[in-house]
Amino acid sequence: MQWDIVIGLEIHVQLATKTKIFSGSSTAFGAEPNTQANAVDLAMPGTLPVPNEQAFRYAVMFGLATNAEIGRRSMFERKNYFYPDLPKGYQTTQLAQPIVGPGHVDIDLADGSSKRVRIHHAHLEEDAGKSLHEDYHGMSGIDLNRAGTPLIEVVTEPDMNTAEEAVAFAKKLHSLVTSLGICDGDMSQGSMRFDVNISLKPKGSETLGTRTETKNLNSFRFMEQAIAHEVERQMDILEDGGTITQETRLYNGDRDESRSMRSKEEANDYRYFPCPDLLPVEIDDAFIEDARARLPELPDARKARFKEQYGLNDYDAGVLSGDARLATFFEETMAHGKDAKLAANWIQGEFSARLNAEEKSVAESPISGAQLGALVTRIADNTVSSAGAKKVFEALWSGENDNVDAIIEAQGLKQVSDTGALESMVDEVLAGMPDQVAQYQGEEDPKKRKKMLGGFMGPLMKASKGQGNPKLFNEILVRKLGG
Amino acid sequence: MHNKSVAELSRELESGKISSVELTQQFLDRLKQEDGKYNSFITISDEQALAEAKSADEMRSAGKATVWTGVPFAHKDIFCTNGVRTSCGSKMLENFVPPYDATVTEKFKAAGAVCLGKTNMDEFAMGSSNESSFFGAVTNPWGLSNGEKRVPGGSSGGSAAAVAARLVPAATGTDTGGSIRQPAALCSITGLKPTYGRVSRYGMIAFASSLDQGGPMARSAEDAALMMNVMAGFDPKDSTCIDRDVPDYTATLNEPLKGLRIGLPKEYFSDQLSPTMEAQVRNAVREYEKLGATVKDVSLPNANLAIAAYYVIAPAEASANLSRFDGVRYGYRCADPKDLMDMYTRTRAEGFGSEVKRRILVGSYALSAGYFDAYYLKAQKVRRLIQQDFINAFKEVDVLMSPVTPSPAFIQGEKTTDPVSMYLEDVFTIAINLAGIPAMSVPAGFVDGLPVGLQIIGDYFSEARLLNAAHQFQQVTDWHQREPQ
Repeated sequence: MQWDIVIGLEIHVQLATKTKIFSGSSTAFGAEPNTQANAVDLAMPGTLPVPNEQAFRYAVMFGLATNAEIGRRSMFERKNYFYPDLPKGYQTTQLAQPIVGPGHVDIDLADGSSKRVRIHHAHLEEDAGKSLHEDYHGMSGIDLNRAGTPLIEVVTEPDMNTAEEAVAFAKKLHSLVTSLGICDGDMSQGSMRFDVNISLKPKGSETLGTRTETKNLNSFRFMEQAIAHEVERQMDILEDGGTITQETRLYNGDRDESRSMRSKEEANDYRYFPCPDLLPVEIDDAFIEDARARLPELPDARKARFKEQYGLNDYDAGVLSGDARLATFFEETMAHGKDAKLAANWIQGEFSARLNAEEKSVAESPISGAQLGALVTRIADNTVSSAGAKKVFEALWSGENDNVDAIIEAQGLKQVSDTGALESMVDEVLAGMPDQVAQYQGEEDPKKRKKMLGGFMGPLMKASKGQGNPKLFNEILVRKLGG
Repeated sequence: MHNKSVAELSRELESGKISSVELTQQFLDRLKQEDGKYNSFITISDEQALAEAKSADEMRSAGKATVWTGVPFAHKDIFCTNGVRTSCGSKMLENFVPPYDATVTEKFKAAGAVCLGKTNMDEFAMGSSNESSFFGAVTNPWGLSNGEKRVPGGSSGGSAAAVAARLVPAATGTDTGGSIRQPAALCSITGLKPTYGRVSRYGMIAFASSLDQGGPMARSAEDAALMMNVMAGFDPKDSTCIDRDVPDYTATLNEPLKGLRIGLPKEYFSDQLSPTMEAQVRNAVREYEKLGATVKDVSLPNANLAIAAYYVIAPAEASANLSRFDGVRYGYRCADPKDLMDMYTRTRAEGFGSEVKRRILVGSYALSAGYFDAYYLKAQKVRRLIQQDFINAFKEVDVLMSPVTPSPAFIQGEKTTDPVSMYLEDVFTIAINLAGIPAMSVPAGFVDGLPVGLQIIGDYFSEARLLNAAHQFQQVTDWHQREPQ
């Protein structure tokens, strides 16, 4: 049987405010447990929440960037449940009147088409703390540093039909919030967490099937795997004539397994009601216009500009504009390097590979855009070959030297581009290889000839001590050997 | 000294006849000697009190004294006090010592007042008789001479009994459905529940957040006004606190009452009210007529819905407010929990008393899926109707007057097995909290030797007018000066 896959996402985005949503504690990541939790965060008796204006501003900016209606009157509610890392015994969140109403985001797909994904709403809420299940003398530890960190939870309509679409949406959202500067986007630190709702229905059917929710996916790769895994699991059950249980599942990315966390019957009755400690918040035109004025260039506009300004192709422009920090890095590179295509190749190639290999973010890169730009300039003007450039890159990365020209000088990587000198080297080498020259000249097939040309390059590079410009060598060879 | 008002004690200190340390020691000695009869204090904080008295004397010699500097008083044990146990009348917080002050606590400290300790109260302010306290019932000083142990009312029963027994000249209270006014009435003292948002709730342990309001309990309107001068005002730590200028509440105490328009809500003079009580209240109203006020009957048509609406909204909010008492971070934790669920259930089963548990259950039920619309939302609609009743009434009159309670202080144990009859104690006070308006309880006579209170209800932020009306009444009557034997 053929199945349609229906996917909706809920995304928790930690807002990059300096302080928590209802208290003055710092939101910085990585501090000693419970050092960033004050009396309010600990839910000490009598303490009260005071809303953080910046969290509202960020939420409104998100709404504007996703073409959404802004909730002019939003209200906090209490979601009641007991858990040790939830200090008040309820989460302060929004339900009936969220800050961001219906909106949409357009995603680009690999086949060049684009698709609109509708956003049902996005609401403000507080994050919980963390339970540390390592052994504390037979007990669990509770770290409340994260408790009260502002989140927006973005809820999409079930508009995605493949894992590819879901991941494209997730990446687009990541790109949006990091471009807006409202989230640091560090998924490994939980700054963005994805819940995926998946259901299957017979191909073409109008009726949605029973869905499951897979919670807390914190990388695009796990998300893609988890969707594939869950689609397969549901398909197996349905094709064996079984039914899907509405439940919440946990996916273990390391083992590619999932297990049920709780079924609908076990679901909590959260007993939502308006939080009496917080008054409804009215958002006026001035606040919205102020937020609008703070909107930076968004990914779609940036992509269009990259194509226009730098002549990049659609793919390169998409990759380089998608991540706000990568985009900034690219533009820094371009400020010091002339060749956009070359810069794009280096950033997506060597640079990204090294970051990935060392699990570093763009911000943690030991190389600046300006340095890479200088290197690109030296490649473009033939000062170094691409093999030489890799050595320069290595020296920059290791911090051995921070100046591109100085490295080229010190390592003797400067190419010889003096045509006279190169020509005499070619003459000398060809004179020493008469058989190969004859063979080449006797060959009719241009492909084979091209390949045979490579046979002269080795000795030429050796003769030039690696400093001959390969491009020029090639030109001279072709000319001398007679096309 | 123990019979003097706050204003008088302040003048004694100012004259230099007595230091705050001496005064504080006298009050502490008397408190320890007398309170065995009333059980009005949960904690007497001698050390801190004497230290505060010493600083107060220094403040005075530095020329920085306020009216309150060096004057002893007490806090209801619902206000967090840095370094002094704050139990809220519960086993759950039996050993809880907050590392912070409530805003109200801070304000009294800044004024130089000397806190002698923390007064007894119904557990988590849930009760109208002070019998639900983990630290034992409080006995009303009135009626004791007949050998009767009567309730002081609740939940601020400890504060009321302590002020009535002259253990302190004044004490703070909180009022969610009548918890300042009802004990003030039953103990013959003066109490004010301010407009919701007038006094900060920060550090005041929450019962029902949309109804709770701290206020003064003293022997006279003048002393209540002095307390309001300290307590009232905007607090950035409480989002429901209102940013509005605070008047000097003593400045208008002596305004003449000529032309004051008084309304008597006919629903508050119903069958529920005993005839002898009614006679006392009407006598008090006649005093106002003598002072130049005019009186007319008014109607609050939805008054009969107040108790039902209150007993949905207050428990609903309480059910969430009390979730934080889970044994994880502070407060009581059951012994040897087997697992997380066992820790939660036994901690809460053992740490809360039965009235608190009853209200958590009622509130959780009212908020449950399938019941929310019928209970919580309906109650909120009723709340708006009740509020509108008062708004309409204040188009016609300046203040409303009524009894505070349907009957005088009852014998301990009389209503403990019948929660509904206990809830009816607040039949005349509860609607005021639902509307968020201010109201006072003023001593207005006795029935069979037991005090009767007059309730004066005003429009939003009319505390100064209420205190003025109460003060003028106290200039022509001496009910508030009567002392229990």
